[in-house]
Amino acid sequence: MGNNAPILEVRDLLKTFGAVVAAKDINVDISRGEVVGIIGANGAGKTCFVNMVTGYLAPTEGSIKFEGKELVGLETRKITHSGISRSFQVSQVFHSMTVAENLMISIAIANNTAFDALRLMDTPELRQQLDAVLARYKLEAHRDSTVSALAQGVRKLLDIAMAVVSRPRILLLDEPTSGISVEEKFDFMDIVMDALKEDGVTVLFVEHDMEIVARYVSRVLAFYQGEIIADMPPKKALSDKKVQEFVIGKEHHKRKK
Amino acid sequence: METFLTILLDGLQFSSYLFIVSAGLTIIFGVMKILNVAHGSFYAWGAYTAAFFIGKFSDMGMPDAMGFLIIIAAAIVVGLILGFVIEQGILKYMYHRDEVLIVLATFGLFLVLEDIILIAFGTDPYFAYQPMALLDSVELGGIIRDVYGLTLIAVAALVALGCWYLLNKTKWGTLLKAVIYDREMGISMGINVPLVYTLTFIGGAILGGLGGAYIAPTISVAPGLGTEVIVLSFAVVVVGGMGSIAGAAIGSIIIGILRALAVHELPQVELFVVFAVMAVVLVFRPEGLFAPAKPRKI
Amino acid sequence: MLEDKTSKFVLFGGVLIILAGAFAPNWIVNQFMFGFSRALAIVGLMVLWRTGLVSFGHAFYFGLGAYAVAILDIQLGVTDVFLRLLAGALVAGLAGFLLGFILRNYRDIFFAMLNTAISMVLFGIVVKTESLGSTDGFAISMSTIFGLAPETKYPLFVIITSVGVIAALLVNYYLKTTYGRLTTAIRDNEIRVEYLGFSVAHAIHLKYTISTILAGGAGALMAMSLGQVDPESMINWTVSGELVFVTILSGPGNVIAPFIGSLVFEVLRTYAFELAPQAWQLIMGATFLTIIFFLPGGIWSLLEKLGGRKNGK
Repeated sequence: MGNNAPILEVRDLLKTFGAVVAAKDINVDISRGEVVGIIGANGAGKTCFVNMVTGYLAPTEGSIKFEGKELVGLETRKITHSGISRSFQVSQVFHSMTVAENLMISIAIANNTAFDALRLMDTPELRQQLDAVLARYKLEAHRDSTVSALAQGVRKLLDIAMAVVSRPRILLLDEPTSGISVEEKFDFMDIVMDALKEDGVTVLFVEHDMEIVARYVSRVLAFYQGEIIADMPPKKALSDKKVQEFVIGKEHHKRKK
Repeated sequence: METFLTILLDGLQFSSYLFIVSAGLTIIFGVMKILNVAHGSFYAWGAYTAAFFIGKFSDMGMPDAMGFLIIIAAAIVVGLILGFVIEQGILKYMYHRDEVLIVLATFGLFLVLEDIILIAFGTDPYFAYQPMALLDSVELGGIIRDVYGLTLIAVAALVALGCWYLLNKTKWGTLLKAVIYDREMGISMGINVPLVYTLTFIGGAILGGLGGAYIAPTISVAPGLGTEVIVLSFAVVVVGGMGSIAGAAIGSIIIGILRALAVHELPQVELFVVFAVMAVVLVFRPEGLFAPAKPRKI
Repeated sequence: MLEDKTSKFVLFGGVLIILAGAFAPNWIVNQFMFGFSRALAIVGLMVLWRTGLVSFGHAFYFGLGAYAVAILDIQLGVTDVFLRLLAGALVAGLAGFLLGFILRNYRDIFFAMLNTAISMVLFGIVVKTESLGSTDGFAISMSTIFGLAPETKYPLFVIITSVGVIAALLVNYYLKTTYGRLTTAIRDNEIRVEYLGFSVAHAIHLKYTISTILAGGAGALMAMSLGQVDPESMINWTVSGELVFVTILSGPGNVIAPFIGSLVFEVLRTYAFELAPQAWQLIMGATFLTIIFFLPGGIWSLLEKLGGRKNGK
């Protein structure tokens, strides 16, 4: 496969829950190294899209190919093995364990195949990797804090760090800045995006905050009622009429309330 | 034909007392999400209290018909006292804890209550045959049945009808159903959930006690009653669907008839069949045959 | 695998107990035999408990282990202690492995209930089957060791203690592997574990199978210690409850905890029975409630506090 071929090809994706259509006619190609923003009002089908790509939801119809390999029908963990990872809107971490323990488990699973899992987990090599991740995501200060005692922002950072230790080639971030204060959001995204850029990870992220979108992405997918209504660079998208009306307008409206 | 009728009536009688007990268990589970192991003790306490006082009153020369009053009084007193004390004294402090941990706590309560029975009533069995003797027996399709056993079926039907009426025709029932469906919603609707819990637990306990009190005249009331009935009730509510009254009814009929069939035709599988059905339902339909509706959480 | 504090303590403690047992009076040796036999099952239940799973039916495997010994004895005249132990653990472990394919998909009270149902099926069969001893059960002949029939209980005590030590060391090692570390993690968040790339079902299946092998071994050792088996004290649901009780009493903190907890349980039971034969269940139930309310980490957490040190997990 040449480097120019898309890393992710989505064709005719459809997802229905009974009579409700959550995703329809989704066709999109993502190139290696792109940073793509996914925008849309609540219920537009953004998280549903992320869930389908990562195998958490099975599409009703359609195909999702990653580096030429079909993902539809694979379990979540097989998709993780093949090189796609994700973070969560509400951070999904091990709340009664410390930050270090959370990351150690994540790293150990990423390193190991099934039978290695019967070897001791806590090794010097693992400790080294742990230190590197803690440094890269600026989590050193929280190393031995139990997650349930952490601030929302730190939890989100941990959530993303856990998703990245498997060295994914595509990372999907589901609303990385939700729950993070306005003052912190750029610092937070800088930490994350710098770390990802270093590894050359292709990033798709769902985001409500247009400032974040404008600043970090090279391309925007706008969702409305399960369909992609715009696929263009951020500058153009943010001034696009349809996007204004169906996405930003609604966002604006919602924020005001 | 006679065998068939015997099996049917035996089965229904067995179903009846199972239903009365299980209805209490399933209501408590439905509303409070507590799988109450101590429910077996409510049954045993009902049986002991009724048997004890029926015997005492009979010795004092009171008319045997008093027995029926005693049965009802025993169920209510046992349910009120045990239900209130356990809910207010212990369970109230556990609602925020893990479901399984609450099951374990009720197991601890079960052990305590079982021994208090031994201390209060001793180890010798009680026989409270008077109400049963009073009603005599009838011939029914060629077989002789004691009337008392048949009234058990009527009592179960009354309990079922009462539960149905309470849940579907009263304001209380509407509130209860709201809490069963979604606790959070119940709270936001302004329902006094702690009060609902207390009353539900007492109500369930009374039903547990009633099952024991009503069956007491037909058995020898001896240690170990609660141990057996609680797993049988678990089987009933699991088969029917935990938290559903209709489920408890269907579950007890299935278990009751199957067991009567086994007792008559193949006694070796009497217990096996009950739990095999329970296991099979859990494997193929873990929510039970009549699972109550669940709110969509996502 | 033996470098950590816990392993050293287990080895040292095991040797000490075996030596001390040679001079201890018979009744103490007995308490240790019963306690350590049961502790084996508790170690397995502790692994499940850490994962957030409570089985209210492990008497099934305990009973299988015990009855395997009885049936081998009666049908084939097998008296060798190691063969008996192996048979008990294998029969239970095989059953556990097969049923594990179903049970690994169950959680919370559904997990507890399905285990109960399965154990009561066995109870129902044994109670009603004459050839399985029905409600009376069987007496079991004395165990032999390499063909020799010991004069005292001491050799069996040494074997039970050694088996306990080996099991504790193995499980302690297991809990430090990636598989073993996936206990709290699974309890906390299964979705994340799957997204990290690990099968929760496989992890739980392994834990379940380990717990059933241990429960089977425990049943076999208990049958040999008691010299008899019967359904009421080996398979009925109250036995499963008792096992869970000792698990909570011990606490999930360390593999040593089940051994201490089981001994406390035996002593508690013996004394409660002597002091107030009508009230020993009451005392146990009250203890249980107290632990649930005031000492969620079990006896182990109390020892930890008293010792003032945090033992390596």
